[in-house]
Amino acid sequence: MDSQNRPIDLQTERVAFAGTGEIYSFTTVQEAPDGYTDQAPYVLALIKLDEGPLITAQMTDLDGHELTIGDRVEMVTRKLTTDGTRGVIVYGYKFRKMLPQN
Amino acid sequence: MRDVAIIGLGQTPVAEHWDSSLRDLATQALREALTDADISDLSSVDAMYVGNAYGAPITSQSQLGALLADLGGLRGIEAYTVEAAEASGAAALRTGYLAVASGAVETAIVLGIEKATDRVGADHLRARGVSLDADYEAIHGATLPALAGLLMRRYMHEYGIELSAFENFSANAHLNGSTNANAMFRNKLKPGAFAKAPSVAAPVSLFDGAPDADGAAAVILTSADRAGDLVPQPIHIAASAVATDALALHDRADLLTLMAAQRAAQKAYAAAGIGPDDLDLFELHDAFTVISALTLEATGFAARGEGWKLAQESLIGREGSIPLSTFGGLKSRGNPIGATGIYQAVEATLQLRGAAGANQVADARIAMIQNLGGLGSTAITHILRA
Repeated sequence: MDSQNRPIDLQTERVAFAGTGEIYSFTTVQEAPDGYTDQAPYVLALIKLDEGPLITAQMTDLDGHELTIGDRVEMVTRKLTTDGTRGVIVYGYKFRKMLPQN
Repeated sequence: MRDVAIIGLGQTPVAEHWDSSLRDLATQALREALTDADISDLSSVDAMYVGNAYGAPITSQSQLGALLADLGGLRGIEAYTVEAAEASGAAALRTGYLAVASGAVETAIVLGIEKATDRVGADHLRARGVSLDADYEAIHGATLPALAGLLMRRYMHEYGIELSAFENFSANAHLNGSTNANAMFRNKLKPGAFAKAPSVAAPVSLFDGAPDADGAAAVILTSADRAGDLVPQPIHIAASAVATDALALHDRADLLTLMAAQRAAQKAYAAAGIGPDDLDLFELHDAFTVISALTLEATGFAARGEGWKLAQESLIGREGSIPLSTFGGLKSRGNPIGATGIYQAVEATLQLRGAAGANQVADARIAMIQNLGGLGSTAITHILRA
């Protein structure tokens, strides 16, 4: 089939990720948007998943621990924000540092 | 397609205009541009394209085409808003260029307007967040400065450079802004102050990111054939090009390549038949210093990983090999978001007219302006020629 007649496939593919990866970059958000001010300052990171893609997510459970590019992290489910003061709670993914394996 | 020229310009000071409304600012810039083009008969204006990014979430006002055409005495003409986040101004310029180049429109006004400081703090940041990826960035509490922080830390990590390497992008912008009466921050940056500035989203600090501001700027376009009979110094649009990249930073094929900026610049160079060495000045989108470094790499001024090396006054100053941000750029002139692309066009036009006063780049003949939406999700490049 020549390229002019090839159907364009825009179907998204569903992929399950292991939820593990490493810190690709990170920052500390000092000035948060409405809906996130009660969490500030918080650490936002780019995480390189073990399967390859990068994603953006907050770090959680840092408890004052330092973060470094290359740190191993794993996904956890957490509250992201609340839609207004009496609104729906939005749950989603955050990441935490993986504990050293003994 | 026929050649298009800029025959008029206007701009308000860039500031926190708490005593002026969106309408006040827009009409001020519009009036100034019409006067500059010596247009007294408004029936000779066929269309107006408005660059605006946050009229809806910040000012609760959309449909600015109808509103501002009416206020400008142009009720009835073709008019509408063009939106591409921070690149809205250049997107409107591109629309005006295409309309005139095609012959569909003879004379068009392109107006950039933003009233960004009517909301402050968390409220402002939420409104600004509408141009990020809502489902995969903003939902995680990301802000534009935070995403710039992610980009900057990775850049510093991969190329092994210190924060101070970026200082002169800011210092140069402030030095140039100090002599621009329309600039928001006319202070010079003290040596060493950059590294000690309060953090916004580390490593991005208060002296790294450009301040959001209010402002309006306008240019008037007509066919190059007519332009010479209307004004003494028409400035020609030698190229107009747009390219896009993934909206979300994490979806870029290569985080440290501004692909849209690269493509838009390449298309513009090809259309104008020139290369980076032919430019006399470059008004780049210096919203963050790392964006300046990456832009210089994307537009052919530096190899990958070496854009930061141009942050030297002898290279990017007004007497350097490629003067940047000659009126202060986004950093010092201020970032009136949807109007920024038109400020760039106004400033480059003043340079090419030789009317830039204390900010004049000697013998400026060819200028490039590049306006980015987000951190390079949209890139719009124009090349102007005297």
